[in-house]
Amino acid sequence: MDLASAKMIGAGLACIALVGAGIGIGNVFSALINALARNPAAQVTPFAFLGFALAEATGLFGLAIAFLILFVF
Amino acid sequence: MALELHPLEQFVIKPIVPMHIGNLDVSFTNSALLMTIAVLLISALVIVGTRREELVPGRVQSLSEIAYEFIGNMIDETVGEEGRQYFPFVFSLFMFILFGNLLGLIPYGYTFTGQIIVTFALAAVVFTGVTLIGIWRNGWKFLTFFVPHGVPVVLLVLLVPIELLSYFIRPFTLSIRLFANMLAGHTMLAIFGGFAASIGILGLLPLGLDVLIFFLELLVAVLQAYVFTILTCLYLNDAINLH
Repeated sequence: MDLASAKMIGAGLACIALVGAGIGIGNVFSALINALARNPAAQVTPFAFLGFALAEATGLFGLAIAFLILFVF
Repeated sequence: MALELHPLEQFVIKPIVPMHIGNLDVSFTNSALLMTIAVLLISALVIVGTRREELVPGRVQSLSEIAYEFIGNMIDETVGEEGRQYFPFVFSLFMFILFGNLLGLIPYGYTFTGQIIVTFALAAVVFTGVTLIGIWRNGWKFLTFFVPHGVPVVLLVLLVPIELLSYFIRPFTLSIRLFANMLAGHTMLAIFGGFAASIGILGLLPLGLDVLIFFLELLVAVLQAYVFTILTCLYLNDAINLH
Protein backbone atom coordinates (compact mmCIF):
# COMPACT_ATOMS: atom_id res chain seq x y z
CA MET A 1 0.00 0.00 0.00
CA ASP A 2 1.43 3.38 -0.92
CA LEU A 3 1.56 6.35 1.45
CA ALA A 4 -1.22 8.38 -0.18
CA SER A 5 -3.84 5.66 0.17
CA ALA A 6 -2.68 4.88 3.71
CA LYS A 7 -3.23 8.56 4.59
CA MET A 8 -6.75 8.45 3.15
CA ILE A 9 -7.61 5.33 5.15
CA GLY A 10 -6.08 6.80 8.29
CA ALA A 11 -8.06 10.01 7.95
CA GLY A 12 -11.25 8.01 7.44
CA LEU A 13 -10.53 5.92 10.53
CA ALA A 14 -9.84 9.06 12.58
CA CYS A 15 -13.33 10.33 11.72
CA ILE A 16 -14.86 7.36 13.57
CA ALA A 17 -14.36 9.50 16.68
CA LEU A 18 -17.32 11.59 15.52
CA VAL A 19 -19.66 8.65 16.28
CA GLY A 20 -19.07 9.23 19.98
CA ALA A 21 -19.58 12.97 19.67
CA GLY A 22 -22.87 12.37 17.85
CA ILE A 23 -24.13 10.00 20.53
CA GLY A 24 -22.99 12.37 23.26
CA ILE A 25 -24.62 15.48 21.78
CA GLY A 26 -27.84 13.56 21.11
CA ASN A 27 -27.86 12.39 24.73
CA VAL A 28 -27.28 15.90 26.06
CA PHE A 29 -30.14 17.46 24.14
CA SER A 30 -32.57 14.56 24.65
CA ALA A 31 -31.96 14.90 28.39
CA LEU A 32 -32.50 18.66 28.12
CA ILE A 33 -35.84 18.20 26.31
CA ASN A 34 -36.88 15.60 28.88
CA ALA A 35 -36.03 17.90 31.75
CA LEU A 36 -37.76 20.92 30.24
CA ALA A 37 -40.86 18.88 29.34
CA ARG A 38 -41.21 17.65 32.91
CA ASN A 39 -40.38 20.93 34.57
CA PRO A 40 -40.40 23.96 32.25
CA ALA A 41 -39.05 26.12 35.07
CA ALA A 42 -35.83 24.08 35.39
CA GLN A 43 -32.71 26.22 34.98
CA VAL A 44 -30.63 23.61 33.18
CA THR A 45 -30.00 25.09 29.72
CA PRO A 46 -26.52 26.51 30.54
CA PHE A 47 -25.43 23.09 31.81
CA ALA A 48 -26.77 21.50 28.63
CA PHE A 49 -24.67 23.81 26.50
CA LEU A 50 -21.64 23.13 28.68
CA GLY A 51 -22.21 19.40 28.15
CA PHE A 52 -22.70 19.98 24.43
CA ALA A 53 -19.39 21.81 24.17
CA LEU A 54 -17.53 19.14 26.16
CA ALA A 55 -19.04 16.30 24.09
CA GLU A 56 -18.39 18.07 20.82
CA ALA A 57 -14.75 18.73 21.71
CA THR A 58 -13.95 15.01 21.99
CA GLY A 59 -15.25 14.41 18.46
CA LEU A 60 -13.32 17.37 17.14
CA PHE A 61 -10.08 15.88 18.50
CA GLY A 62 -10.61 13.05 15.99
CA LEU A 63 -11.56 15.44 13.21
CA ALA A 64 -8.48 17.57 13.88
CA ILE A 65 -6.31 14.44 13.68
CA ALA A 66 -7.92 13.57 10.33
CA PHE A 67 -7.17 17.06 8.99
CA LEU A 68 -3.59 16.88 10.26
CA ILE A 69 -3.06 13.50 8.56
CA LEU A 70 -4.51 14.76 5.27
CA PHE A 71 -2.95 18.19 5.00
CA VAL A 72 0.19 18.30 7.14
CA PHE A 73 2.06 15.01 6.87
CA MET B 1 -6.65 13.90 -4.83
CA ALA B 2 -7.82 15.99 -7.75
CA LEU B 3 -8.41 19.11 -5.71
CA GLU B 4 -5.43 21.12 -4.54
CA LEU B 5 -6.52 22.32 -1.12
CA HIS B 6 -4.39 24.10 1.45
CA PRO B 7 -6.85 24.63 4.29
CA LEU B 8 -4.16 24.87 6.96
CA GLU B 9 -2.41 27.80 5.27
CA GLN B 10 -4.54 30.20 7.31
CA PHE B 11 -2.72 29.16 10.48
CA VAL B 12 0.76 30.11 9.23
CA ILE B 13 2.46 32.75 11.38
CA LYS B 14 3.88 35.52 9.20
CA PRO B 15 6.21 38.21 10.52
CA ILE B 16 4.95 41.74 9.83
CA VAL B 17 7.79 43.69 11.44
CA PRO B 18 10.88 41.43 11.55
CA MET B 19 12.90 41.88 14.73
CA HIS B 20 15.79 39.89 16.13
CA ILE B 21 17.57 39.97 19.48
CA GLY B 22 20.68 37.87 19.00
CA ASN B 23 19.42 34.52 17.71
CA LEU B 24 16.01 35.10 19.19
CA ASP B 25 13.21 35.86 16.70
CA VAL B 26 10.93 38.44 18.33
CA SER B 27 9.22 39.63 15.14
CA PHE B 28 5.86 41.34 15.39
CA THR B 29 3.69 38.68 13.69
CA ASN B 30 0.10 38.54 12.47
CA SER B 31 -0.67 36.56 15.62
CA ALA B 32 0.73 39.34 17.80
CA LEU B 33 -1.17 41.93 15.75
CA LEU B 34 -4.51 40.17 16.36
CA MET B 35 -3.75 39.83 20.09
CA THR B 36 -2.99 43.56 20.26
CA ILE B 37 -6.24 44.36 18.44
CA ALA B 38 -8.17 42.09 20.83
CA VAL B 39 -6.67 43.76 23.91
CA LEU B 40 -7.31 47.25 22.49
CA LEU B 41 -10.94 46.37 21.67
CA ILE B 42 -11.56 44.91 25.14
CA SER B 43 -9.99 47.96 26.82
CA ALA B 44 -12.01 50.29 24.61
CA LEU B 45 -15.24 48.42 25.38
CA VAL B 46 -14.72 48.53 29.13
CA ILE B 47 -13.24 52.05 29.37
CA VAL B 48 -15.73 53.71 27.02
CA GLY B 49 -18.55 51.66 28.52
CA THR B 50 -17.92 52.88 32.06
CA ARG B 51 -16.79 56.44 31.34
CA ARG B 52 -20.23 57.98 31.75
CA GLU B 53 -22.25 55.82 34.07
CA GLU B 54 -25.87 56.39 33.26
CA LEU B 55 -28.89 54.88 34.96
CA VAL B 56 -30.28 53.84 31.59
CA PRO B 57 -27.23 52.39 29.82
CA GLY B 58 -26.46 53.02 26.18
CA ARG B 59 -25.29 50.28 23.80
CA VAL B 60 -21.62 50.18 24.76
CA GLN B 61 -22.29 50.56 28.47
CA SER B 62 -24.87 47.78 28.49
CA LEU B 63 -22.51 45.48 26.53
CA SER B 64 -19.77 45.90 29.10
CA GLU B 65 -22.29 45.55 31.94
CA ILE B 66 -23.62 42.31 30.45
CA ALA B 67 -20.08 40.91 30.22
CA TYR B 68 -19.32 42.02 33.79
CA GLU B 69 -22.50 40.52 35.24
CA PHE B 70 -22.07 37.31 33.24
CA ILE B 71 -18.63 36.62 34.70
CA GLY B 72 -19.65 37.89 38.13
CA ASN B 73 -22.59 35.48 38.29
CA MET B 74 -20.42 32.64 36.99
CA ILE B 75 -17.90 33.13 39.82
CA ASP B 76 -20.65 33.52 42.44
CA GLU B 77 -22.34 30.29 41.35
CA THR B 78 -19.23 28.14 41.09
CA VAL B 79 -16.77 29.48 43.67
CA GLY B 80 -18.84 31.69 45.98
CA GLU B 81 -17.92 34.84 47.88
CA GLU B 82 -14.21 33.99 48.14
CA GLY B 83 -13.83 33.82 44.38
CA ARG B 84 -14.64 37.53 44.00
CA GLN B 85 -11.00 38.55 44.41
CA TYR B 86 -10.04 36.55 41.32
CA PHE B 87 -12.68 38.32 39.20
CA PRO B 88 -10.20 40.52 37.23
CA PHE B 89 -8.20 37.52 36.05
CA VAL B 90 -11.23 35.45 35.06
CA PHE B 91 -12.83 38.42 33.29
CA SER B 92 -9.66 39.18 31.29
CA LEU B 93 -9.28 35.52 30.40
CA PHE B 94 -12.86 35.25 29.14
CA MET B 95 -12.74 38.46 27.11
CA PHE B 96 -9.34 37.64 25.59
CA ILE B 97 -10.43 34.19 24.40
CA LEU B 98 -13.85 35.43 23.27
CA PHE B 99 -12.37 38.27 21.21
CA GLY B 100 -9.68 35.96 19.82
CA ASN B 101 -12.31 33.48 18.68
CA LEU B 102 -14.63 36.11 17.23
CA LEU B 103 -11.89 38.10 15.47
CA GLY B 104 -10.72 34.85 13.90
CA LEU B 105 -14.10 34.45 12.19
CA ILE B 106 -13.55 37.57 10.06
CA PRO B 107 -12.67 36.28 6.56
CA TYR B 108 -8.96 36.48 5.68
CA GLY B 109 -8.31 37.10 9.35
CA TYR B 110 -6.23 35.07 11.73
CA THR B 111 -7.18 33.00 14.77
CA PHE B 112 -4.57 33.16 17.50
CA THR B 113 -6.59 30.76 19.67
CA GLY B 114 -6.03 28.20 16.88
CA GLN B 115 -2.35 27.98 17.91
CA ILE B 116 -1.71 25.31 20.52
CA ILE B 117 1.12 27.33 22.09
CA VAL B 118 -1.26 30.23 22.83
CA THR B 119 -3.97 28.05 24.39
CA PHE B 120 -1.38 26.00 26.27
CA ALA B 121 0.22 29.14 27.69
CA LEU B 122 -3.21 30.30 28.91
CA ALA B 123 -4.00 26.88 30.39
CA ALA B 124 -0.56 26.65 32.02
CA VAL B 125 -1.08 30.03 33.67
CA VAL B 126 -4.47 28.87 34.99
CA PHE B 127 -3.08 25.54 36.21
CA THR B 128 -0.01 27.02 37.92
CA GLY B 129 -2.00 29.84 39.46
CA VAL B 130 -4.75 27.57 40.76
CA THR B 131 -2.25 25.12 42.25
CA LEU B 132 -0.34 27.93 43.97
CA ILE B 133 -3.59 29.41 45.32
CA GLY B 134 -4.57 25.99 46.65
CA ILE B 135 -1.23 25.50 48.42
CA TRP B 136 -1.17 29.10 49.70
CA ARG B 137 -4.68 28.95 51.18
CA ASN B 138 -4.66 25.40 52.54
CA GLY B 139 -1.00 24.60 53.16
CA TRP B 140 -0.23 20.90 53.40
CA LYS B 141 -3.96 20.13 53.67
CA PHE B 142 -4.10 20.77 49.92
CA LEU B 143 -2.66 17.26 49.41
CA THR B 144 -5.87 15.76 50.84
CA PHE B 145 -7.45 16.87 47.56
CA PHE B 146 -5.91 13.78 45.97
CA VAL B 147 -7.34 11.42 48.62
CA PRO B 148 -11.06 10.72 48.14
CA HIS B 149 -13.22 10.59 51.28
CA GLY B 150 -14.63 7.37 52.74
CA VAL B 151 -12.67 4.96 50.58
CA PRO B 152 -11.06 1.74 51.93
CA VAL B 153 -7.28 1.99 52.25
CA VAL B 154 -6.77 -0.83 49.75
CA LEU B 155 -8.55 1.12 47.04
CA LEU B 156 -6.55 4.27 47.78
CA VAL B 157 -3.47 2.64 46.25
CA LEU B 158 -5.38 2.60 43.01
CA LEU B 159 -7.33 5.86 43.35
CA VAL B 160 -4.60 8.29 44.40
CA PRO B 161 -2.53 7.81 41.21
CA ILE B 162 -5.70 8.23 39.13
CA GLU B 163 -6.57 11.45 40.98
CA LEU B 164 -3.02 12.71 40.53
CA LEU B 165 -3.06 11.89 36.82
CA SER B 166 -6.44 13.53 36.26
CA TYR B 167 -5.16 16.62 38.06
CA PHE B 168 -1.95 16.98 36.09
CA ILE B 169 -3.66 16.30 32.77
CA ARG B 170 -5.89 19.36 33.24
CA PRO B 171 -3.74 21.96 31.43
CA PHE B 172 -3.50 19.64 28.42
CA THR B 173 -7.22 18.89 28.13
CA LEU B 174 -8.04 22.56 28.72
CA SER B 175 -5.70 23.79 25.99
CA ILE B 176 -6.35 21.03 23.45
CA ARG B 177 -10.14 21.48 23.74
CA LEU B 178 -9.97 25.14 22.66
CA PHE B 179 -7.23 24.57 20.09
CA ALA B 180 -8.92 21.58 18.42
CA ASN B 181 -12.26 23.37 18.21
CA MET B 182 -10.73 26.36 16.48
CA LEU B 183 -8.50 24.25 14.22
CA ALA B 184 -11.27 21.87 13.11
CA GLY B 185 -13.85 24.62 12.60
CA HIS B 186 -11.66 26.89 10.51
CA THR B 187 -10.23 23.98 8.50
CA MET B 188 -13.77 22.81 7.75
CA LEU B 189 -14.74 26.30 6.54
CA ALA B 190 -11.64 26.44 4.33
CA ILE B 191 -12.25 22.97 2.86
CA PHE B 192 -15.84 23.72 1.89
CA GLY B 193 -14.67 27.09 0.58
CA GLY B 194 -12.15 25.24 -1.60
CA PHE B 195 -14.90 22.95 -2.92
CA ALA B 196 -17.10 25.94 -3.73
CA ALA B 197 -14.31 27.62 -5.67
CA SER B 198 -13.37 24.58 -7.74
CA ILE B 199 -16.59 22.97 -9.01
CA GLY B 200 -18.32 25.83 -10.82
CA ILE B 201 -22.08 26.34 -10.56
CA LEU B 202 -22.49 23.31 -8.28
CA GLY B 203 -20.29 25.20 -5.84
CA LEU B 204 -23.39 27.00 -4.54
CA LEU B 205 -24.12 23.87 -2.50
CA PRO B 206 -20.89 23.85 -0.45
CA LEU B 207 -21.14 27.65 -0.25
CA GLY B 208 -24.56 27.36 1.42
CA LEU B 209 -23.15 24.72 3.74
CA ASP B 210 -20.29 27.09 4.57
CA VAL B 211 -22.78 29.75 5.63
CA LEU B 212 -24.48 27.26 7.97
CA ILE B 213 -21.11 26.10 9.38
CA PHE B 214 -20.25 29.75 9.96
CA PHE B 215 -23.23 30.09 12.30
CA LEU B 216 -22.17 26.91 14.10
CA GLU B 217 -18.67 28.38 14.43
CA LEU B 218 -20.14 31.58 15.87
CA LEU B 219 -21.86 29.47 18.53
CA VAL B 220 -18.70 27.43 19.13
CA ALA B 221 -16.55 30.57 19.46
CA VAL B 222 -18.70 31.94 22.29
CA LEU B 223 -19.27 28.51 23.83
CA GLN B 224 -15.59 27.56 23.97
CA ALA B 225 -14.68 30.86 25.63
CA TYR B 226 -17.44 30.09 28.15
CA VAL B 227 -16.23 26.52 28.68
CA PHE B 228 -12.62 27.59 29.20
CA THR B 229 -13.70 30.18 31.76
CA ILE B 230 -16.16 28.00 33.67
CA LEU B 231 -13.60 25.20 33.91
CA THR B 232 -11.13 27.74 35.28
CA CYS B 233 -13.77 28.70 37.88
CA LEU B 234 -14.37 25.04 38.78
CA TYR B 235 -10.64 24.45 39.22
CA LEU B 236 -10.48 27.57 41.41
CA ASN B 237 -13.36 26.17 43.46
CA ASP B 238 -11.46 22.89 43.91
CA ALA B 239 -8.44 24.79 45.19
CA ILE B 240 -10.30 27.21 47.49
CA ASN B 241 -13.02 24.98 48.97
CA LEU B 242 -11.30 21.63 49.55
CA HIS B 243 -14.01 18.93 49.25
